[in-house]
Amino acid sequence: MAFTRNPQVFSAAVSETVIGAGDKAVKLGGEHVFPFYTFDAPIDNPPAVGIDFSDKGPDRELPGIAAFFEGAETLGQVAKRASEAEGASFVSLTLRSADPNGDDEPVEESVAKAKEVADAIDVPLVIQGTGNADKDAALLPKVAEALEGKNVLLMSATEDNYKGIAVSAVLAYGQKISAESAVDINLAKQLNVVISQQGVKAGSTVQHVGVAAAGYGFEYVASAMERIRGAALSQNDDMLQVPIVTPIANEVWSVKESVVSEEDFPEWGPVEERGINMEISTAVACLASGSNAVILRHPESIRTVSKLISDLM
Amino acid sequence: MALKGLDIFKLTPRTNCKECGNPTCMAFAMKVAQGTVQIEQCPHMSAEALAALGEATAPPMKSVKIGAGDAEYTIGGETVLFRHDKTFVSKNLIAVSVNAANADKTLPALAKIDYERISERMQVEIVNVEYTGDKGAFLEAVKKAAASGRALILEVSDASAAAEALALVKGGKAILNGASPENYKEFVEIAKAAGAVLGVAAPNLDALYDTVKAIEELDYKELVLDVGDASIKEAFANCVQIRRAALKDGDRSFGYPTLVNVKKLSGGCAHTEIALASLFTLKYASIVVLNEIGYEQALPLFGLRQNIFTDPQKPMTVEQGNYPINGATEASPCALTVDFALTYFIISGEIERSGIPTNLLIPDAGGYSVLTAWAAGKLSAGSIARFIKDQEIENKIKNRDLMIPGKVAVLKGELEESLPDWNIIVAPNEAVSLVKFLKERYS
Repeated sequence: MAFTRNPQVFSAAVSETVIGAGDKAVKLGGEHVFPFYTFDAPIDNPPAVGIDFSDKGPDRELPGIAAFFEGAETLGQVAKRASEAEGASFVSLTLRSADPNGDDEPVEESVAKAKEVADAIDVPLVIQGTGNADKDAALLPKVAEALEGKNVLLMSATEDNYKGIAVSAVLAYGQKISAESAVDINLAKQLNVVISQQGVKAGSTVQHVGVAAAGYGFEYVASAMERIRGAALSQNDDMLQVPIVTPIANEVWSVKESVVSEEDFPEWGPVEERGINMEISTAVACLASGSNAVILRHPESIRTVSKLISDLM
Repeated sequence: MALKGLDIFKLTPRTNCKECGNPTCMAFAMKVAQGTVQIEQCPHMSAEALAALGEATAPPMKSVKIGAGDAEYTIGGETVLFRHDKTFVSKNLIAVSVNAANADKTLPALAKIDYERISERMQVEIVNVEYTGDKGAFLEAVKKAAASGRALILEVSDASAAAEALALVKGGKAILNGASPENYKEFVEIAKAAGAVLGVAAPNLDALYDTVKAIEELDYKELVLDVGDASIKEAFANCVQIRRAALKDGDRSFGYPTLVNVKKLSGGCAHTEIALASLFTLKYASIVVLNEIGYEQALPLFGLRQNIFTDPQKPMTVEQGNYPINGATEASPCALTVDFALTYFIISGEIERSGIPTNLLIPDAGGYSVLTAWAAGKLSAGSIARFIKDQEIENKIKNRDLMIPGKVAVLKGELEESLPDWNIIVAPNEAVSLVKFLKERYS
């Protein structure tokens, strides 16, 4: 008796969200199958990879990153260079200086930086806020206003600040937002529900359902994503059919493996190599669990991960 | 396919004799259906009934033992496709490939990967020895690999080299990875004679399936399925479909552990290799064969594997004790949190980032998060005071600052009573505020 294939093609699908405008807009989601299960049915929109840098500029202490951005001095030049990274289909700017626990830069200055980056590139733009609910509630709507027409993705609205961000960013200025919850299918669904109750339609949001570096409780991330994808596809739960976008860079480049110096841990080898491997491993694990896009920092991890995606498509 | 309790009940004697320890045959049948009781516990089952049930209640995926002694491992035996459905049983094993030309360089290099992370020893479990056309050189490489004390894969499709190599490592329960649709009869004989596990490969999934069926006809079931190296896309498709056929569709001919040779798929790119190893750790390889491994690959890969194969019903915990961070000494302040591994990693990471030398104290708190441990009575002023006393912290550390999680600020008063010499400090509610808090207080 020959082998019988039983493809798992679901009648439900992940919803589709488009970021950016023009030729280089990126479509996220839309698939009817589990991640990379192209043997079950074709996946129209391959997962996307974005390149992240902060408004303080790229981390030039790492030789590979310094080399990649060599000669790019202003934020606009950095953004332009980033947009040309092999394998990156969108750019992400983290507004680190706005953090109230850090520089607490005034909103207007952060908005001006976002504008400088947006004007320098023709690929979609993601703006990552500070993670502070109050500051992001003040900051992200202003960014949305300044970048009207660019169809940017603002990360992220949380249960503490979704109302203002959803209403102003999406309804008033037509941008996309990410709903951020903490590695739990019920929290993710709850936030998607309350955001939709603000009048935000499917296709205007993505979800960031939590992230951890490989080895740092990643099992929660994997299971949260797999359960969310499972419910979206097999139970046709439209409040979970939102594409998942996972910012990985800030997480993986702050764990011990990517930070401690080679002088302190000689057997571990060069710190940059460790960080790259950490970033690749975490990104691939997120994609295999259900992320429709990952946001990375190092050009080499971006190249590797996007190459793997195309090999799997 | 799994049987329902009622189907099993029909095969029981239905006498309610209670000899199996259950009040009724129905109760017994229900437990068998759930997998909590073995059918053999009923002394009155007929031989025909046992045969019928044995087939139906056998696990959907075979467990296969490889290696011997300290390097003995079980692979396979999985019951679910997603870890949240139950738990994954056997972690995937990491192999590194060597051949006659590079054995002297590669074997010492992989031996350097040996460290402990949350009570688990991290090392390369298997050495994969490649046959490169010269039998004498291959046998030499096998000897060197065997001396490493690890489990072995012999990647060889030459029958005489295979037989001689297995003779060198008798009793080691190596995997002979070399059976194909053409040579499987001969290779089954070689593997059977040597007590080896047989690795089977074929040009495509249908041919692999037919070959496995044919090998089963020869009554050999100590098998590992090689998903092949035609392309990354096909290897992934094969790996997923093999596991899914076994677990979801109950097709036992694919109910064997799988092997993915990432070295052959990566095109010599080390970064692609870690990407593939991570992918196949999540999606269903039982063995991943790498070209090389250094700490830069081992740290993420073993960490990821430890996470994925942790039992979702049992939180990972760190051992109780004092963990000095940033070169903390007896003069450095203490911070206390729970033994839930995730909490420990987050807090220790933030303390590391602050650069402030701190003694991180971890009492036994049942593996719960801070609030849950407190609510369950596992983290109380009493338990903290007992921990300080039992671990003789007061003898080991002179500083008397003790920071407690902001979420259990309520313990401050009681702690001041039970630890009168200590200065109890309420730290922030959230880990993200810790860097700022420590810097403001201690730098």
